[in-house]
Amino acid sequence: MSTEPLLSVQGLTAHYGPVRVLDDVSLDVPDRGLCAVLGANGAGKTTLLRTLTGLHRATSGRVLLEGEDLTRLPAEKVITRGLAHVPEGGGVIVELTVEENLRLGGLWRSDRRDRTTFDEVMDLFPPLVERRTKSASTLSGGERQMLAIGRALMARPKVLLLDEPSLGLAPLITKQIFTLLRDLRDHTGLTVVLVEQNAAGALSVTDHGFVLNQGRVATEGPSEGLLADDRTRHAYLGF
Amino acid sequence: MTHFINLTLNGLASGAAYAALALSLVIIYQATRLVNFAQPALALVAVYAAYTVTQLTGSYWIGFASALIVGMAAGALVERVIIRPIAKTSQLNAIIVTLGLLLVIQGGVGMVWGNEQHGFRYAFSYVGRFSPADTFALVSVGVVALLLFAVYRFTPFGLRMRAAAFHPESARLSGVKVGLMLTAGWGIASFIGALAGMLAGPPFLSPNVFDVVFVFGITAAVVGGLDNPFGAVIGGLLIGLGMSYVSGYLGPELATLSALAIVVIVLSVRPDGILSRPTARKV
Ligand SMILES: Nc1ncnc2c1ncn2[C@@H]1O[C@H](COP(=O)(O)OP(=O)(O)O)[C@@H](O)[C@H]1O
Ligand SMILES: [Mg+2]
Repeated sequence: MSTEPLLSVQGLTAHYGPVRVLDDVSLDVPDRGLCAVLGANGAGKTTLLRTLTGLHRATSGRVLLEGEDLTRLPAEKVITRGLAHVPEGGGVIVELTVEENLRLGGLWRSDRRDRTTFDEVMDLFPPLVERRTKSASTLSGGERQMLAIGRALMARPKVLLLDEPSLGLAPLITKQIFTLLRDLRDHTGLTVVLVEQNAAGALSVTDHGFVLNQGRVATEGPSEGLLADDRTRHAYLGF
Repeated sequence: MTHFINLTLNGLASGAAYAALALSLVIIYQATRLVNFAQPALALVAVYAAYTVTQLTGSYWIGFASALIVGMAAGALVERVIIRPIAKTSQLNAIIVTLGLLLVIQGGVGMVWGNEQHGFRYAFSYVGRFSPADTFALVSVGVVALLLFAVYRFTPFGLRMRAAAFHPESARLSGVKVGLMLTAGWGIASFIGALAGMLAGPPFLSPNVFDVVFVFGITAAVVGGLDNPFGAVIGGLLIGLGMSYVSGYLGPELATLSALAIVVIVLSVRPDGILSRPTARKV
């Protein structure tokens, strides 16, 4: 790649106790990239995202965003540097209303009184508009995922990390969400890293894919190529 | 009929202090799933501080204000310096430490101020049916509870506090400094605990003055549902009323027993308390 990557992960290693879960993971995500991180259950995808955003401590390696080292920053600081994380399951706070969940995402911003971000996010998710004042516990699975993404967008991030947003959703809803991510990238220039077990779906919407296997990057390449490569598909992606 | 009205008003007034204490327990429980057994000790320090400040300045109200400030600071300090490092190891350890703190602080207060009783005045005259002191108890607790509700509900700070309590990880990912919110929560809780102490302390102070009050405060919190602030207030008033009726109609020696009866009755009908959330959090 000729230009400097927006997000650069360099030799990232992480442990749970003595068990090494990430092993020298390196990957570069270009500005306006839409990348998939794939791999079987237990490959380390969730741990990778948690380490990127400071929820888990790296043992070694670095995380750079636009050249700034985020490796030692706590999670509440990482978001302010432009790296947003939609965790597994979405992390919607069911005790709060839909609107409160959204507002929470932008609270740290000094321009939080400005309604434009809120209105823009609302425009993206029509189902949330009518549920604004309702408890987030009343939302369906798909709506919760929308809310989770909306909350992350309220921070106006440079990079959006998503951990298996398709988990438990109907194929049609999954498709809507994948399409939305692509539109966001195309129209707002957001960079997206999509962690998925649903490899076929993720590869059909992204432009680049990384395959994790037992904590290591087993292979990477353009999504189309990975999709067409029978060996990779059989060995790591299971379809 | 007048007897009944008197008992009701008295019950509400003493219930106000239980409500405030229960509220202080619930605020911390909500945020940390930890019953803070040190709460009455923090209130004790606050009230003794008020006693000393009042003696030095001659002003009850300067003493009153210092109680709230000292209480708040003590709560924040205990969370930051003692509870947080221990809660990292285990929740049970933290609860046991709050119990230990209760004994240590009570002992410390006895050493500093002496174990004998000190006279301690009410905010206002306590003479008569629904005295000014009673009115003050109800109004001050009502105002504080409403303020607390408004802050939690309608301010960015309150939203952060709730997010940190309900879902610390999502809060952090949204940029909330969860540790700071915990410290603030302990400060607010102990502020309210100090208010409870100022209401329940008179006419005499001694290191054990809040032992019984604390039992009723915990009872109120359990009755109301440990994770519900409204429940705590209602539970407190209910305990106050129940004890007032029982001691008025059946005799004061049964009053304490009636608190136990209320717990048994409420919990057998609603095991999680009157107002606890029916939906268990799962997701
Ligand atoms: N909190 C944890 N404590 C110990 N081991 C964990 C923990 N979370 C995940 N692991 C282990 O780390 C490995 C990677 O897990 P994870 O990152 O969740 O993978 P993925 O998201 O790809 O399914 C698995 O072997 C898993 O069992
Ligand atoms: Mg996972």
